[in-house]
Amino acid sequence: MRHKEHFRTAVYQTPFHPRTSALNTLNAWHRWKDYTTADAFFDTALEYAAIRNACAVFDLTPMTKHRITGPDALAFLNRLITRDVAKIKAGRVGYCVWCDDNGQVIDDGTIFHLREGDYRLCSQERQLNWLARSAHGFNVSIVEDTHDVAALALQGPTSCAVLKGIGCSGVESLKPFGIAYFSFAGTELMVSRTGFTGDLGYELWIEPTRALDLWDALFEKGANHGIRPMGTHALEVARIEAGFIQAQVDFLPADQAIRVDRSRSPFELDLGRLVDFNKPNFNGRRALLEEQRRGSRFRLVRLDIEGNKPARSAYIYDARRNVVGTVTSAEWSPSAKANIALASMHMPWGLPGDELWAEIYYQRELKWSRVMARCRVVEGAFFDPPRRRATPAADF
Amino acid sequence: MTDRNRIIIVGAGHNGLVCAAYLAKAGREVLVLEAADRVGGAAITREFAPGFRVSACAHICYQLDAGISRELKLDAHGLKTAHANLRTVALTTEGDHLVLNGGRLEAGLLPDKDRAALGEYHARMLRFARVLGKQHNRRPPRIGGGGRRDLIDAAMLGFEIRRLGRSSMREFLRIAGINIYDVLEESFETPLLKGALALDAVLGTNLGPRSNNSVLTMLHRLSGQATGVTGGLSLPEGGMGAVSNAIAAAARAGGATIRTGSPVARITLEGDRVSGVELESGEMLTAGTVISNADPARTLLQLLGERNLETGFVHRIRHFRSKGMAAKLHVALDGLPIFSRLAAQRAGDRLVIAPDVAYIERAFDRAKYGQCSPDPALEFTIPSIHDRTMAPPGRHVLSAIVQYAPFDPRASTDTARAELLERTLALLGRHAPGLRRQVVATELLLPADIEREFRITGGHWHHGELSLDQFMMLRPVPGAAQYAMPVNGLYLCGAGCHPGGGVMGSAGRNAARTVLGREPAA
Repeated sequence: MRHKEHFRTAVYQTPFHPRTSALNTLNAWHRWKDYTTADAFFDTALEYAAIRNACAVFDLTPMTKHRITGPDALAFLNRLITRDVAKIKAGRVGYCVWCDDNGQVIDDGTIFHLREGDYRLCSQERQLNWLARSAHGFNVSIVEDTHDVAALALQGPTSCAVLKGIGCSGVESLKPFGIAYFSFAGTELMVSRTGFTGDLGYELWIEPTRALDLWDALFEKGANHGIRPMGTHALEVARIEAGFIQAQVDFLPADQAIRVDRSRSPFELDLGRLVDFNKPNFNGRRALLEEQRRGSRFRLVRLDIEGNKPARSAYIYDARRNVVGTVTSAEWSPSAKANIALASMHMPWGLPGDELWAEIYYQRELKWSRVMARCRVVEGAFFDPPRRRATPAADF
Repeated sequence: MTDRNRIIIVGAGHNGLVCAAYLAKAGREVLVLEAADRVGGAAITREFAPGFRVSACAHICYQLDAGISRELKLDAHGLKTAHANLRTVALTTEGDHLVLNGGRLEAGLLPDKDRAALGEYHARMLRFARVLGKQHNRRPPRIGGGGRRDLIDAAMLGFEIRRLGRSSMREFLRIAGINIYDVLEESFETPLLKGALALDAVLGTNLGPRSNNSVLTMLHRLSGQATGVTGGLSLPEGGMGAVSNAIAAAARAGGATIRTGSPVARITLEGDRVSGVELESGEMLTAGTVISNADPARTLLQLLGERNLETGFVHRIRHFRSKGMAAKLHVALDGLPIFSRLAAQRAGDRLVIAPDVAYIERAFDRAKYGQCSPDPALEFTIPSIHDRTMAPPGRHVLSAIVQYAPFDPRASTDTARAELLERTLALLGRHAPGLRRQVVATELLLPADIEREFRITGGHWHHGELSLDQFMMLRPVPGAAQYAMPVNGLYLCGAGCHPGGGVMGSAGRNAARTVLGREPAA
């Protein structure tokens, strides 16, 4: 953010605002990291249906972005992040988490290895302070450029066809977590095959002055492919179906936790695969080694729950009615046709086959009812279509 | 690896040497690497003008642990005392000096009330200092997530405070974190007495008498005497270097190897464990364990490197407060200076110039904002009176701690040094009118000079401020207060650890014990 007068604006509008505001027939907005963001445009269920059956566009601009460059960029990231960043080659994207010294997750995000030694780190939370603090001893430049990059997510089965329509020829051969560059409206359009929906989809990155050109081209070429705008509510359903976790919802960032049992380690978020102990040093390594020795306190599980009442914030009980966990995210999944949830369980509960019960409260005509619903621990995502990974991506 | 059993100690300061001596005694293979051409670190004796020798940093011995002296047989290794119990003389220009021996007034005039209060004050502070002193030879307990041993240690500390009795315990807890000015105001009237007592609290610190924590620093200073180990303030024969030499002799006798003139450039790693050191000469030396007597910042940020540590830890180490505020003055004199109306034999005692508490506070005020004090407060001795090895016959050396001098003066270091030298000599001249004509040579070390010569980041005697936030289980930083650093095989053993600075040796011994417990010989 390099605008001197930035403090005069309490809440920003993204470069797409002229289009998103015109399309937002519900006039439903909230504030996401100080940007005006749509909850929904016309109908959450139909926006969700577009994600799974056609394609939907989400304004991603408010997501916190950092540009990390310099001779020590890789060394810096490898100390910051638990996984081995050297394995993310130029032109690739990697999902990652980073921890404090106690091995507790500060945030999760994605590393874009844009070009050799040139990285973009996207995070849920603002991280500049932690990144700057972590930079001592490294020859590295860190710039938060959230405001300087306009970004859209284009998600759904017809997304590849739409991109080809706007001139991204060959994009169908882009593999999941790959990055490609195209020229568009006299500038460079970066396309990554990434997203938060667990479906075939892309994220598009462009300089803000060309943002509206991009939006218009997508909606013009996408008209015959069922393109729709989507808000955060529809995205949330897709996110939970994909089994992705979110800061502030499924875990509390460690730097915001006051009580010692409120934060989570990567192992406790089912992200042990992102921890590479072969690296001699990274933030949290010693504590995580110790956790491996002693055992974790919590386990993140995906639950398939009886009935159709979303188990939001429900307590999870064992067979003897002891509280053994809490639901962190829950939705009815239209695609899996299941009542799904993410839950944080106390160890040792949450293994497949455990007898677990969710205590669900729901309201009908202002009257509260309570139901105890049987839960089944599910391994993997609730909805994981082959098109998500198929390369070349098909037209639908 | 061939030298997995070898232990390298970086720095032959007194703590490094003590650590080496204990490890060698336990049968370990120990190699001590010292950057300077002599052992001792900040406890050395060196020539600063032809024929004139001085204890170049620490200059009075008042905290050397009796147990260490005994166990390492420092007497047998050549440690002799030139004077065992220096009195403190609070000087005035008029000559109405006070001579103090602990809580007793030996000469000078004080109102009866102050005289009585002095004894009571001294006894009370000694009682409190004893609580601290008892902790010196213990590893501080780890707070939060510690084991059984840590819980017992923490309970012992609580028990010792409780054992003071209800009213003393309350008094201890009341004053431990506050400032010496307020405490002295409660007991005394005479400005000169209060000035002399306040100086004890702020010597070597980055504190004025009205700064909180200045009671704690005073108790820390007293804690050496409180355990009754050294019989007060003493001057070793041959200066402070003699203490280091005796410890080095003990270490060598135990089988330790000491190499001087061997500055370490970096601590090397193999995976997540130290593998040895690389010298500035490029020579690589392997070891399974590396113990650093250097200060925390130098050890961790320079020799090891931030990138080998975790972010939060680096942040804490970077903010370990370690800027020195004390300068060291050495004056070569062609005769014994005569202080106005001071008996000649008293000139060999510990002389202080701090006529009242406000005088010290004013001196501190200027230094806070980057200037050397226009009227500094002084502690000085003329060790050549007791020890003829320090100066040619008939000549003398004066060694003074001059407060305050900022680490990073607003003026250039050279300008600041010249100014402070002139002001300090003028101040001494006002108390000993002929002194300036006797000056043969001078040397003034500002904190930046101390940093350079003794390789102490910030030039602070104690490697870092001794204050509640950097004390015991918080020293140098939380999570690293038990000598083991968060890299396998790396330890600290210097003043940056509990129990801090002062030529005591306890940090070195505690570190040696920790290493013996955690790094079993193969």
